[in-house]
Amino acid sequence: MVESLMSYLGSTVPPSNAGNQLWALIYILIIFAGVSVAVMAMNWIERKALAHFQIRLGPMRVGPHGLLQPIADALKLMLKEDIIPDESDKAVFWFAPIIGLLAAFTVYIVIPFGPSQAVSDMNIGILFMLGVSSLGVLGIVTAGWASNSHYPLIGALRSSAQMVSYEVAMGLAVVSAILMTSLNTGTGTLSMIGIVEAQRDQGIWFLFKFFPLGLIAFVIFAIAMVAETNRAPFDLAEAESELTAGFHTEYSGLRWSLFMLAEYAAMIAVSSIAVTLWLGGWMRPFPALLHGPAWEFIFSLFPGLTFAALAGFAFLGTIRMPSHSFFKIQRIGLGAFGLVLAFIALLLFAIAVAGRGDNANLAGRFREGIDYVYWFVLKVAVFMYLFIWYRATWPRYRFDQLMKIGWKVMLPISLGALIATAVVGVLVK
Amino acid sequence: MNPALNVGSAPVATPWFFYGLAAAAVISGLLVITRRNAVHSALALIVTLLSVAGLYLMLYAPFVAGVQIIVYAGGIMVLFLFVIMLVSIERTVKERQFNRIWPIGLLASCALLALFLTAFKKGQSLFPNRVAPLPEALNTQGIAAALYGEAGKMGQYTFAFEIASLLLLVAILGAVIMTKKKI
Repeated sequence: MVESLMSYLGSTVPPSNAGNQLWALIYILIIFAGVSVAVMAMNWIERKALAHFQIRLGPMRVGPHGLLQPIADALKLMLKEDIIPDESDKAVFWFAPIIGLLAAFTVYIVIPFGPSQAVSDMNIGILFMLGVSSLGVLGIVTAGWASNSHYPLIGALRSSAQMVSYEVAMGLAVVSAILMTSLNTGTGTLSMIGIVEAQRDQGIWFLFKFFPLGLIAFVIFAIAMVAETNRAPFDLAEAESELTAGFHTEYSGLRWSLFMLAEYAAMIAVSSIAVTLWLGGWMRPFPALLHGPAWEFIFSLFPGLTFAALAGFAFLGTIRMPSHSFFKIQRIGLGAFGLVLAFIALLLFAIAVAGRGDNANLAGRFREGIDYVYWFVLKVAVFMYLFIWYRATWPRYRFDQLMKIGWKVMLPISLGALIATAVVGVLVK
Repeated sequence: MNPALNVGSAPVATPWFFYGLAAAAVISGLLVITRRNAVHSALALIVTLLSVAGLYLMLYAPFVAGVQIIVYAGGIMVLFLFVIMLVSIERTVKERQFNRIWPIGLLASCALLALFLTAFKKGQSLFPNRVAPLPEALNTQGIAAALYGEAGKMGQYTFAFEIASLLLLVAILGAVIMTKKKI
C-alpha cells in the first residue's frame, strides 16, 4: 500500500499517462474537493463583493463577517423541501441538473494545474474541454423544457441560442491560440499541457504573442466565456426582471443548488481554459527573465506570503471587532480562523525553505508542485473576481443586442484575428 | 512530447468497455425510434452519439471522438432540442403514426445487418491486414499530416478535404440565401 502510494511521487507526467490509477483517483478526489470548496468560497466572496460594490454589508450574521454563511446556506438547501411540479416530465426534470453537473466536473480531468499536476494529459485536451463543456447547455435546455412552464422554457430557448452563437466565436479564438503552438516546432498540439509548454519554449505568453493578435483572441474568448456560462451581463437565460429565474424557476432545494454548483464549476473551468491558453498556465511571471536560485526562492515564498496576508486580515478583523460581549464568540472564531491561516502560511514557508534549490528530494517536489498550483489558482482567481466585477458593473443586454454582438461583431473579429495569426505566423517563420 | 509516455503498455479499455458502450448505443438507439415523446427521442439520440464517441476512443481515434462530441452531441443536438421543444408534446403523444413505411425501414436495417455480418465473416480477406493504430500522443498530428501534408508537399487527402470544405461553404451560403427574403 505504502509502496503503491509512493510509487508515483517523483513522476513527471500526469498519473493517467503514467498508468497509475490510484494516483489518478487521488487527484480526482483532490480536485473535486478543491472545486467544491472554491465554489463555496466564491459564493461568499461574490455576496460580500457585490454588497460592497453597492455600499451594503452583505452577510454579517452567520460567523464573523458571514464567513459561515455558505455552509449555512448549503445546509438549508439540503433540508429544504424538494418540489417536483405535478405537470412536469419527472424523469427529465430529475436528470437535468445532473447533466449540467457532470458536464461541469468532467472537464477538470484535463485541466493542467502543473506539468504533472493534472489527472490526464489527453492528446485532444482542449477539444475535449470545449466539447464536454458544450454539453452543459443540455442540462439547461432539458431543465427548462421538463419544468413544463413558460418562463423556464423561454429561458432555456434563450440560453441554447446564446450558447450556440457564442461557441463559434469562442472556438475560433481558441484555434488562433492553438495555431501559435505550432510556430517553432512545425506541429502544434491540442494537449493542455503541451499548450503551456509551447508558451514556455517560445518564452512568451500567447496573450502578448504577435501583439495585438493574441490579445484580440483573448478578449474575444474572455467575452464569449462570460456568455457561455450565462453570467451577467449575458445572463438572459435567468433574467429575473423578465423571467423570474429563467430555466431554474421550478427548481428548489438540493436540485437548485446542483445548478448553482454546476454554474460556478463551469466558470472555474472556462477561466482555466483562458489561463492555460493565453496566460501561461502554471508558469510564474517572468520565468526566463528572472531565473536563478535566488529568484526561484523569492517566487516560492509567494504562496506563504498570500496566506500570511490573509491571516493578517483575519487578525486585523479580530482587533477591529467591537468590544461588546455579544461579539466575543465571533472574535474567538475569527482569531481561530486567522491562526489556521497563519499555520498554513508557516507550513508553506517551511516547505519553501526546506525544498529550495533542488527538486530531487520530497520537500523539493512539494515546493515545486505548490508553486505550480499556486500560480495557476491565482490566475484563475483573478478571472473569478472579474466575473463578480462584471456582474456589479454592467447592465444586462437585450436579446437582439446579444445576438448582434455575437454574430456581427465577435465572429468577424475572431475570424480576422485567426487569419491574421496564420499569415503572421507563416511570415515570421 | 513526453518521453515517459508509455504507449506500449496494456490498454485500459477492455472488451467489457466495448460491450457496455455498444449496449448503450443499441438500447438508446432503439429508444430513439420507439419513444412517442420527441424530446425523449432526442435525449436518447444524444446518449447514442456519446456511446459512439466512446467506441471511437476505443479504436484509438480520440480526435474523431472529440469532434463527435463537439459537433453532434454539443452542437447539432442542441439545435434539434431547440426546435423540438416548441412542439406541443401533448398532441403528438396522442396522435397515431400516419405513415406506413416501417416495413421498408425494417428491410433496410436487415440489409445493413446482413452487410455487417458479411463484412465480419469475411473481414480477413476484405480489408488489408494492417493494424497500425497511431499512438494516442500522435493521433491528431497524424490526421493533420494526412489532411494538410507535411511541410512543402500536399497531403494524401488535401484535395478531397478542400473540396468537402468548399461544398460546406456553398451549403452555408445557400442556407443564408434561402432564409433571407431580400439580400
